[in-house]
Amino acid sequence: MQTEALEGGFPDAPLDAARAFRAAMNAMARPGRIETLVGAVPPAPLSPAAGALILTLCDPGTPVHLAGALDVAGLRDWITFHTGAPLVGPAQAAFAVGKWEDLQPLDAYRIGTSEYPDRSATLIVEMPELTPQGAVLTGPGIKESTRLSLPDVAAMRRNAALFPLGLDFFLTSANRVAALPRSTQLEGN
Amino acid sequence: MSDYNFAYLDEQTKRMIRRAILKGLAVPGYQVPFASREMPMPYGWGTGGVQVSAATLTPEDRFKVIDQGADDTTNAVSIRKFFERTAGVEVTEETEAATIIQTRHRIPEAPLSEDQILVYQVPIPEPLRFLEPRETETRKMHSLEEYGLMHVKLYEDISQHGAIATAYAYPVKVEGRYVMDPSPIPKFDNPKLADCPAIQLFGAGREQRIYALPPYSDVVSLDFEDHPFEASKADHPCDLCDARDSYLDEVITDDRGGRMFVCSDTDYCRTRQAQGHLGAQLAARQEGAA
Amino acid sequence: MYVAVKGGERAIDNAHAWLAEERRGDPAVPELSVAQIREQMALAVNRVMTEGSLYDPDLAALAIKQARGDLIEAIFLIRAYRTTLPRFGSSAPVKTAEMACERRISATFKDAPGGQVLGPTFDYTHRLLDFKLAAEGGTPAAPEGEARREATPHITGFLNREGLIQTEDESDETPPDLTREPMELPAARALRLQALTRGDEGFVLGLAYSTQRGYARNHAFVGELRIGSVAVEMEIPELGFAIEIGEITVTECESVNQFKGSKTEPPQFTRGYGLVFGQTERKAISMALVDRALRWKELGEDDQGAPAQDEEFVLMHCDNIQATGFLEHIKLPHYVDFQSELELVRKLRRAAGAEEVKEAAE
Repeated sequence: MQTEALEGGFPDAPLDAARAFRAAMNAMARPGRIETLVGAVPPAPLSPAAGALILTLCDPGTPVHLAGALDVAGLRDWITFHTGAPLVGPAQAAFAVGKWEDLQPLDAYRIGTSEYPDRSATLIVEMPELTPQGAVLTGPGIKESTRLSLPDVAAMRRNAALFPLGLDFFLTSANRVAALPRSTQLEGN
Repeated sequence: MSDYNFAYLDEQTKRMIRRAILKGLAVPGYQVPFASREMPMPYGWGTGGVQVSAATLTPEDRFKVIDQGADDTTNAVSIRKFFERTAGVEVTEETEAATIIQTRHRIPEAPLSEDQILVYQVPIPEPLRFLEPRETETRKMHSLEEYGLMHVKLYEDISQHGAIATAYAYPVKVEGRYVMDPSPIPKFDNPKLADCPAIQLFGAGREQRIYALPPYSDVVSLDFEDHPFEASKADHPCDLCDARDSYLDEVITDDRGGRMFVCSDTDYCRTRQAQGHLGAQLAARQEGAA
Repeated sequence: MYVAVKGGERAIDNAHAWLAEERRGDPAVPELSVAQIREQMALAVNRVMTEGSLYDPDLAALAIKQARGDLIEAIFLIRAYRTTLPRFGSSAPVKTAEMACERRISATFKDAPGGQVLGPTFDYTHRLLDFKLAAEGGTPAAPEGEARREATPHITGFLNREGLIQTEDESDETPPDLTREPMELPAARALRLQALTRGDEGFVLGLAYSTQRGYARNHAFVGELRIGSVAVEMEIPELGFAIEIGEITVTECESVNQFKGSKTEPPQFTRGYGLVFGQTERKAISMALVDRALRWKELGEDDQGAPAQDEEFVLMHCDNIQATGFLEHIKLPHYVDFQSELELVRKLRRAAGAEEVKEAAE
């Protein structure tokens, strides 16, 4: 294990995780709103925002899937050391992280069951950038409507049609995060 | 500060609760099971709300706790003190100054803002529980969106009493999908659940459930066309601050039928009095003293 | 004139100070030490350890002292403390067949290898108040015998050899942990047993008794009741093998219950199981009977609608910390809810009154 794996965790875990969770919760509660996530310094190519989400939410009870270019030794070691989360394939994952194209196909992930819709995967999508432009978002958490740059509106609209089942997304770029839960309706492309 | 971890709970427990909160926000009104911990206070006294608050608090928060609308009821005092000690957070009695408000049985009168989080203590999270005691059955009913039993119950009320006989914990439907128990708030508070700028989180410790309403959620109190939902309160102004729009407690003042009505939301009442609003009984007393 | 009550904080502090004074009682009477409770109130200590899910006689004794002898309050203290403990790992299953028994009885065989050992039991005491204890009890000494060196085999093992009792499937599967995962129903047997061990002794006793009186009767005998110490072993990943980390005293009960059989399967006895910390035999026997009643589906029996057969009913209500918390919470103020009902009842009465006036006028 490289020493890199031992570094880059939260300097003060209880407080940093509390602040990171607040940002993540605000993002999930207000789809489209872009929040800042700081405190984590994961090895490249993972973004600090995605790193902070993993440190805040993952542990031995949450299997993680590293998709595509993220499935590298340095990052595997970092996640194992800091969270103890088992690294798995898409079908077992509680969290999956990667670029949009690497996360495909979406139907490989758990979408919950009708009695337990919460037993669905959360996908952390690494984005080149995150801007309040593009698709029009409406639904719970949004006052009237808002806009967010999304990787694939049609796929996310199909996901929303599964409600109350479906995947929930965090979108991360550098130290920024936004979320798109399954409850959000989408217009435009 | 203290020997406890920040906000008492260990980090793994907080992560488990945080994940449940996120899923709750993603599926508004759905009750997410969570592995509620045994807290150093009894089940039924706010352990669910306390765990949700503990997982949500940051050191920068200003925390307010109310029980029956009041900051000074003993259980509210006790919970506030718990977080003062274990999280070192600033506490406040002012609704507008608070960033997180933990509540039992009320929604504050002052409108909440986007920067606030309201955490409800929930005794029985299952709105169908008193119609069907089995969790295995009610879970099925939610999954099939089978809420006929609830409508039958409300309709039986109407045929027996001429009105829906539920005065608190009045069931609501969230985003047209899940029927949800809003915790035992009086139905007067139900309209405040809808279209609320704040995040609303619900924690039931003993029953091991967390659920949530994202801001601006669509929340409808169940009713019938010919018997529409009605948010009611005592038909009286507050005797201390003269508020006509606030929920009132009835206080018995003597054994000859004397009574007065006062705001259940103590911060709201105090703020109005400070602004110079004067209720009938307070005015009478001031006159007597002059 | 009503003035809003202030000073909740001072009221709480004062209540706690008064409680501390009452706990101590008359200062002219010597104070109880934790060691005295641990040694002389051992059965209370055992119950607190069992239902508190924490094997630590000193802490249990401290909890009993702090709780003024209220055992449910003491169990609560232990549970709340236990939740804060870091978890280093899990032990291997204890081997009760290798128990050093201090008590071992069977109701199904007059004698068996290992013999009938009464041990320190109330069973044949005449329940006459012993006024000598009111003075000083002294330090009684019991006659001593040779300790049995070899392991004492399980009675059900003898039956099993002939195929006369149903075989329990062995499994290395990690059981679910009631204290770390939300209860999900239907529950596996491992989870049911966990809940029953933690369950309130009185509640489990009442349910067990109800099965004896015909509410899902299952004709139970105590196949074997054994009390004694067992080694606790833990696998150490760095070493690659298990080492003994300590010894605990447990009570184990295996009930031998009514036989079942069909055209294809010859008749066989069935069993129920109870395991608790310390000498806590009433609880262990009760648990075995309720465990057996809950197995009706697996054993192909009818649902008689008896409370002890109803898994959801039993598991959701056997925990006395949950039960007492919710029961006692009705002491908390509910005047907002009560006010809303008061308004409603007044309104309904007004409406009913208006209706009567109208009818009278017609």
